[in-house]
Amino acid sequence: MTGPLHGLRVLEIAGEFSAYPGKVLADLGANVVVVEPPGGSATRGWGPFAGDLPAPEASLHWRHYNTSKRSVLLDLGDGTGRERFRVLLADCDVLLEGLPARDTGLLTLDPATFSDEYPSLVWVSVTPFGRRGSPPDVPATDLTLMAGGGPVHNCGYDDHTLPPVRGGGGQSAHVAGSFAVTAALTALLHRAVSGRGQHVDVSVDAALNVSSELATTQYLTDGGIVERQTGRHAMVGGSAPTQVQAADGHHVVLGFPPRAAEDYASIVEWVDLVGLRDEFPDVVLLELGAERGGVAVIELATDPLAQEIWNASRDAMVLLAQRLPAYDFFLGCQRRGIVAGFVASPEEAVADPHLVARGFATEVTDPYTGRVETHPGAPYRFNHTAWCISRPAPRIGEHTESFLKTGWNED
Amino acid sequence: MVGSSSRPAAGGLVDRWAGCPADLEARSTALRRIRVCDLSGQLAGAGATRILAAFGAQVIRVEDPATRGGWDIVRGAPPYRDERRGIEFGGGFNNHNTEKLGITLNLRTERGRDLLTRLIAISDVVTENFAGGVFARLGFPYERLQEIRPDIVYVSHSGFGATGPYRDFRTWGPIVQAVSGLTFTAGLEGQPPAGWGFSYMDHMGAYAMAIATFAALWHRDQTGEGQWVDVAGVEVGLSLTGPDILDHHLNGRTPRAPGSVDSNRGGAPAMAPHGIYPALGEDRWIALACRDDLDWRRLADEIGQPWAVGAELATLAARLADQDALDARLAAWTAGLDGQELADRLVAAGIPASPVRTPAERIDGAAATPDWDLWPTVTHPDIGPMRVEGLPVHLSETDWSLRRGAPRLGEHNRFVLGDLLGVDEAEQAELTAEGAV
Repeated sequence: MTGPLHGLRVLEIAGEFSAYPGKVLADLGANVVVVEPPGGSATRGWGPFAGDLPAPEASLHWRHYNTSKRSVLLDLGDGTGRERFRVLLADCDVLLEGLPARDTGLLTLDPATFSDEYPSLVWVSVTPFGRRGSPPDVPATDLTLMAGGGPVHNCGYDDHTLPPVRGGGGQSAHVAGSFAVTAALTALLHRAVSGRGQHVDVSVDAALNVSSELATTQYLTDGGIVERQTGRHAMVGGSAPTQVQAADGHHVVLGFPPRAAEDYASIVEWVDLVGLRDEFPDVVLLELGAERGGVAVIELATDPLAQEIWNASRDAMVLLAQRLPAYDFFLGCQRRGIVAGFVASPEEAVADPHLVARGFATEVTDPYTGRVETHPGAPYRFNHTAWCISRPAPRIGEHTESFLKTGWNED
Repeated sequence: MVGSSSRPAAGGLVDRWAGCPADLEARSTALRRIRVCDLSGQLAGAGATRILAAFGAQVIRVEDPATRGGWDIVRGAPPYRDERRGIEFGGGFNNHNTEKLGITLNLRTERGRDLLTRLIAISDVVTENFAGGVFARLGFPYERLQEIRPDIVYVSHSGFGATGPYRDFRTWGPIVQAVSGLTFTAGLEGQPPAGWGFSYMDHMGAYAMAIATFAALWHRDQTGEGQWVDVAGVEVGLSLTGPDILDHHLNGRTPRAPGSVDSNRGGAPAMAPHGIYPALGEDRWIALACRDDLDWRRLADEIGQPWAVGAELATLAARLADQDALDARLAAWTAGLDGQELADRLVAAGIPASPVRTPAERIDGAAATPDWDLWPTVTHPDIGPMRVEGLPVHLSETDWSLRRGAPRLGEHNRFVLGDLLGVDEAEQAELTAEGAV
């Protein structure tokens, strides 16, 4: 079985913002060749490292973001390298790069005229502020982009003396890279009709700006500015806490409070099961909620008893969460049809029984060291053309010789 | 493969907008040959088909007349532009469904299901984001979709996917990101997880759903074969934590305890200083990062105080050794300075920096990405003109276009049922009277 993009040829210039879209395309079956400069991509210097020893072949950042690709060393600063690059480009569907403006001369491509020379090429640029009209080479990192582009303003704690928070994991590259892939595939779908490629300009900053949800739609709609809150949506005016520390020190996330009669009945049953009735006298309010057929949100404004029942259900959920291990609380809620979650670290989440049952984690063996790498598996399951890590991340220039000899044919 | 463009693409010459009234027609020419029968909604689904609609695909949202579209909790929900309330006035719904067509079909009725069947037969893609298995129980498992249209691309998106022990569990964005590791990795040391402050995974799940749709369409172009793609939000979320997973499994580390993460610090690559520091004013902050020793020397020159310009902190190792002390000194310096002015000054000196910008600043302030046209105005029949999110991409030949607001409930029943499905006016009236549409 081959992936859905089998046959698609992609030349990627190694870099912070080209790596993720390159991986997405490669794991979907595209024939992706990553071009590294002499000495290897700078991102090989990014940790964490296998065995905690910094080395170009031990960068787990590199190992993850370059699965299913081949690596070719080319010195684009030199005439021979550039000539080879142009030969490869002539035969390729997508060029993916995020070069700083000062280095775009290395490509010897002009956005205005490249399509005369490479009429079917889809050229994708993913840069911090886009190529269109942006000042050249404003220094930026994931942190400063997330701060300027929206997400950080949403994220942090009720206590505003603590700084707002950047979510971890280099997410700006994921957000922008996702748009790079959708736009590249859009251009390819159009090419199937027109026969012609085009330039795709992606801005990381713009991608973050349109991926900050309510903060943006609230402002666009009524000018309101949301405020950050611990573990829940930033809102205008604030809302009740939803994150609770469970008995085992982990955290759970409560959903919208229950409203239906059967929800109240099942919380009563649960309170009794855990043996909390004596210390939670408001259980009678929950019984009342079940008897009266539940509570509708619109009743809260007019019916004081409805509000008391509503509050009692939230209090019961908090108490149950505090008295149970986080995972037990999550299962207890979901099996009773009540939405809730638990906060897992990625390393715990990948070992969760549900994901194990679905065979999510993907093991890849590095043939050079024999080490087995556990990667996250398929983000989407195609029933005919499976997502697949077709090869481990390449060593520096591993395929230079074979690729320059045989070109795009897979070895 | 370059040769692919010369091969006749499946449906390549179809124009899904041919003959439609001019006011409905999409402006972008990129995907005019694609029609999407879209049962998805909220943000995790609507955010995916929004991208297709922006590029000119004909996206037909199918909503339930019996609940007045109430399955989509965003329909009619705040924020609102003015004092008007009701299912047509939700600002988020307008944003997420711009440029789509909207029809109503009651899938509890046989005639409603029959109409959906006929719509699927003339569509390229079917999308939905019900909980796992729900669409199949409504009578439309993948096998049935394939009978209706053999090369159909069907993309389902749920929190936990269509199989596995949690299949029937219900989720929304904050649950998905908590269960998939992303809430855990957003926080300050010694504090509980901060999470994302919004449904980050509704965005990323939607983008994954769009990628899956496009990839399946590309494959269909090459081979004529359609397929089912099942997207599980939790798996999309975990796929965004790769280096963390590799690090823990390959290096045999025990799972981290809550409160041990400081995601404002530099991780990969290692940097110091790297953080979010107070700026002048109430709750104002500036993010700055020194990528290397040169960045630090530039920053030390800007600070100009003995603790900074001395040799003690010249190396990354020295700066990493006591980050708490370094951050405290830096914060004492930044706290007296205007965040925007300081960021401008640092950027001019070559140091990555940005104020933590409010929505007003990043949307209506000096644009970080000038001339991008990121906030187009669309017109909704009830709300009126309103700005929405544009796309962070520009295509040189077939760019996106957003101009029409979200569809009113059943706004395009007449066009879709009449012009596309050939249901005559008398039958349309009958269907309405019966509650099938």
